[in-house]
Amino acid sequence: MAVTSMIGARIQRREDPKLITGHGNFIDDVNLVNMAHMSVVRSPHAHARIRSIDTSAALAAKGVVAVLIAADFKAVIGGPLPVTNSFVPDKKQVPEQFPIAATEAAYAGEPVAVVIAEDRYLADDAAQLVVVDYEPLPAVMDLEKAMEPGSPLVKSDRPDNIGWDAAFPAGDIDAAFAEADVVLKQRIGQQRLFPTAMETRGCVADYIPYDNRCTLWTSTQVPHFIRLFVGGALGVPESQFRVVSHDVGGGFGAKLRPYPEEYLATAASKITERPVKWIEDRTESLQATTQGRGQIFDVEVAAKRDGTLLGLKFTQLLDIGAYHGVFSAFQVVACLLGGGCYDFKAIHARSIGVFTNRMSTDPYRGAGRPEATHLIERIVDIVAREIGMDPAEVRRKNFITTFPHTNNFGLVYDSGEYERSMDRAMANIDYPALRKRQEELRAKGRYTGIGFSTYVEICGVGPSSATAPAAGIALVESSMVRVHPSGSVTVSVGTHAHGQGHETTFAQIVADTLGVPYDSVEIRHGDTGDTPFGYGTYGSRSLAVGGMAIMASCHKVVDKAKKLAAHAFEASEEDIVVDQGRYFVRGNPGEAKVLAELAFASYGAGLPEGMEHGLEAVSYFDPPNFVWPFGCHICAVEVDPETGAVSIDRYVAVDDCGNVINPMVVDGQLHGGIAQGISQALFEEVQYDDETGQMLTGTMLDYLIPTMAEMPHFELDRTVTPSPTNELGVKGVGEAGTIASSIAVINAITDALAPFGIKHVEMPARPDRLWSMIKEARA
Amino acid sequence: MTQSVSLTINGRPREDHVEPRLLLVHYLREVAGLTGTHIACDTSQCGACTVLIDGEAVKSCSVFTVQAAGKDVTTIEGLAQEGTLHPVQQAFWNEHGLQCGFCTPGFIMAAAYLLKQNPSPTDAEIERGLEGNLCRCTGYENIKKAVRSASQAMNGGTAETSANLVGSAAAPVEG
Amino acid sequence: MITAAFEYARPGSVDEAQSLLTKYGDDAKVIAGGQSLIPLMRLRLSQPTALVDIQGIHGLKEVRRDNGSVEIGALVRHVDIQRNATLREALPILVEMANDVGDNQVRNLGTIGGVIAHGDAAGDYNALALMLDAEIVTNKRRHKASDFFRDIFTTALEHDEVVTAVRFPVSTGRFAYTKFRRRLYDWAIAGVAVQETGSSWRVGYVNLARTPRRGASVERALAGGASAADAAAESGSDIDPTGDVRATAEYKRHLAQVLTARTLEKATMAA
Repeated sequence: MAVTSMIGARIQRREDPKLITGHGNFIDDVNLVNMAHMSVVRSPHAHARIRSIDTSAALAAKGVVAVLIAADFKAVIGGPLPVTNSFVPDKKQVPEQFPIAATEAAYAGEPVAVVIAEDRYLADDAAQLVVVDYEPLPAVMDLEKAMEPGSPLVKSDRPDNIGWDAAFPAGDIDAAFAEADVVLKQRIGQQRLFPTAMETRGCVADYIPYDNRCTLWTSTQVPHFIRLFVGGALGVPESQFRVVSHDVGGGFGAKLRPYPEEYLATAASKITERPVKWIEDRTESLQATTQGRGQIFDVEVAAKRDGTLLGLKFTQLLDIGAYHGVFSAFQVVACLLGGGCYDFKAIHARSIGVFTNRMSTDPYRGAGRPEATHLIERIVDIVAREIGMDPAEVRRKNFITTFPHTNNFGLVYDSGEYERSMDRAMANIDYPALRKRQEELRAKGRYTGIGFSTYVEICGVGPSSATAPAAGIALVESSMVRVHPSGSVTVSVGTHAHGQGHETTFAQIVADTLGVPYDSVEIRHGDTGDTPFGYGTYGSRSLAVGGMAIMASCHKVVDKAKKLAAHAFEASEEDIVVDQGRYFVRGNPGEAKVLAELAFASYGAGLPEGMEHGLEAVSYFDPPNFVWPFGCHICAVEVDPETGAVSIDRYVAVDDCGNVINPMVVDGQLHGGIAQGISQALFEEVQYDDETGQMLTGTMLDYLIPTMAEMPHFELDRTVTPSPTNELGVKGVGEAGTIASSIAVINAITDALAPFGIKHVEMPARPDRLWSMIKEARA
Repeated sequence: MTQSVSLTINGRPREDHVEPRLLLVHYLREVAGLTGTHIACDTSQCGACTVLIDGEAVKSCSVFTVQAAGKDVTTIEGLAQEGTLHPVQQAFWNEHGLQCGFCTPGFIMAAAYLLKQNPSPTDAEIERGLEGNLCRCTGYENIKKAVRSASQAMNGGTAETSANLVGSAAAPVEG
Repeated sequence: MITAAFEYARPGSVDEAQSLLTKYGDDAKVIAGGQSLIPLMRLRLSQPTALVDIQGIHGLKEVRRDNGSVEIGALVRHVDIQRNATLREALPILVEMANDVGDNQVRNLGTIGGVIAHGDAAGDYNALALMLDAEIVTNKRRHKASDFFRDIFTTALEHDEVVTAVRFPVSTGRFAYTKFRRRLYDWAIAGVAVQETGSSWRVGYVNLARTPRRGASVERALAGGASAADAAAESGSDIDPTGDVRATAEYKRHLAQVLTARTLEKATMAA
């Protein structure tokens, strides 16, 4: 058997044949016999008291099976939606969110009733006939006004609108500022974003009456987590509750929590004794799926004239929305990473979570880390401008250079070579030539700019020592590796995929580690019925945590196979050599057994004394640390000063995610990540009318997801600095592009507008806003 | 109230009774059982539902089934012939032109149409040809690469790059 | 979302379409390509009780040039305009506009008659019809474009009236069209069309007021010998934009001026 190394190979994805031929199995493709359809009636008001709900006309409509409101669900759903501690275990208040509003709706889009009908057309028809008598209440939309004493309340049973107020002090901040030659302040916004997976959410619930068994098909990143909470609320034990998630059409963080509709559809199935399907339409999704970012940072930096960074103070105001997202406080991680890849003597951060009458925010690709990168990289440029130093040189002067490095907050950066990636990016874009050209063009009245982003990212969540105290749960990961009698291998994992190509990447790892043909390895995920409990896929964790759980099981299998080989060769285990899946006695490679032969033997007769049959292993991997990818992105733009239009001329990225399993997949993750950051910088923005609380960007016509024509060519390159904390030396890559890219674009635009004296640009850098700034600067 | 509608899907004629308001995409998915065509928006922005009607790319979420009566519809399931992938499908696979795969059928149909109209498109023409399709995973880099590669495979043509962003009709002139 | 239910009929003639519209009453609508109507119906912003589908009516798909005019049948699609050799000669600015309408999929279904009847200020052809004094031909009368676009999404069409053709003067002079938008396939945030006719210039504005607008003040300034930049400065009196999620009104006014100057320069340089 010829085994080449699969790890590091660019191989086509095994996921693709079904997807390119229309044979994927997405949530709307799941259909059951006798299935009914659910349509959700949602509050059109940002804040309103529900006086009464008249369901009679809807009930009388054609094809309607049931119309259900909160009172109906109270009897079936045993509790509120979960809220995790994340980085803020001591929240000021954790108001309970029941999956459906009873007497008061606190955001536009909150469910108030559901219609179950024979098909989705009839369900939508009847939903229009549900008459809800609302008494509109004042909507709290502005973060800072919401914090004022005496502000109207997001919900009338709350003491105020503050969800948390947490301080993160590290070092003697006063001393650091006392040393400063310059102290600079900047407010930096992070607009709300729709994560906008192309597949909206949806689920199919099939509750079996009298048996108390349930299967829930749902489009999620976290099937086991859904089972834990939805099953818990419905009183169905995990052993009888199966959550299945086949192909998932993108997630980006917005599918990593249990949602109200998953509870409602499951409960409706129980109540109506029918399988119930709910598919979110896009307009609904823009109201009812969690949003990202929604933050304001007030930042103050202390530095010396020679470019030395000394101290950093900042406050994160985070728009929680009407209720805590399940993981919304995770975004507070921005506070712990505000120092970026630089040495600061002291950092004092504070996070205030504020309720507003909007949909909850929750993690969206990067979750807290794009915000951290954006703020520190903006601040470094502001310092550079103030002291008249090249932004690259300010970075170079302050880079952390020795690893492992313990940051101000005690987090340990595993490995890095920040200067190397910056130098490489500068060489790739030919920085000196670009600066020279900028000067020439400026003389001609053209405005080009160059923006840097040197980032470090925390991912691979996460070690139980860190995640259990902070989040209440230990984000370990699981695997089961089973070698069948004829040698094919089934690997079940607790992670899940929504486009990342795990079936390919994990199979590459297993093929090498077990020394078996790649095609003999099958990866299973997404079905709690045949995978061990796991926490799912987010936080760029699947390889660094889930992949290592697979490695651990593979090692156990190899250990047992060695025992089987020793027994077969009548040799001692110490004398067995394993080389690319061949097991032989040292010095006698000609007489070898492959894993398939040993597997066959493991199910047969004549096993060694005391050995159980079979060849399989289950492992849980608890990583010793997070992993810390890093890199440098440089963007070159031109701004048309008359229209404010921005064009991206070059986008160069040098990323380091440690060792690479499949370079094609890794590059693809970076492309998509970078695109989303660019999109935040230039296009996307959830807009509300602050008076009425109505969403203004309620369709994809108004919420701008860019097309191919708006995206530049991405010039990728990488350095490889393995993580010392795991055997594969891997880090994570799913979020890196997004974490890095928004600020590369914004710094470039700010640089382009420097001749006007413009020092800061907010996102999205809309043409009309840039033009207004230029106009004001010219006046 | 239903109406009778006859049309051909992937070469097979069918007749069904449908409500006038039944969208073609729902007809394909729920009546004809062809779930490869997807829905990702309500306002015809995303292109995930792209199919060919009489050889021309359209968004099947913006067509009522009754409007398509008598026409010839091709869906993603009908693109591969006799077990051989269409060059555009093959190129998407080769070039990693998809990640989650949800937008992919629409992109492949739109790209197949584009290359039929214009066998050797420039980069700007590819952008124009696929402007009606949104992808959230790939940043479009590898989709563009896949279309270039499919173009080469189909025509032996080389995809040149062009900075011309305006007025480059992808359609050939006819009398 | 799902559209509300409706009745559907496919007449074989314009007369039959008219009688169906009369039969179904005020809440019936004509559908051709459906590319504007169906998305509105899916959001239930439009809930017609009946659709009269005119796609099967013969004689509405032709492009005819005669006596200095070019008549374009209502069912001529954007893609047909893109490919039409007669139009490339007789009305090239329309071809340029068609290239920029929506995307391939929309261009394969959407029709010129649909754009005109929808009466959207953002409909590129509507500004062109207005600035070139086109005629909108219906089953009942011929409308001057200047009398046709009444208000936001409101035209002079009566309930039982069906657009059958649009008649433009042959316009072979220098021209340019600029459509400013943030995404390639979007509606214009602002669009400016300029066409040389004989010795004068016509100017039209897309999506810069509740209706399409003609750049009458700019045209006068040009006729008086003003430079492109000076004439463009008059654009403010020709438009009346409102702010929206895309851009502020002030910006749109500014943009109209910048684009007017640039479009005029582009047209004159192209000669």
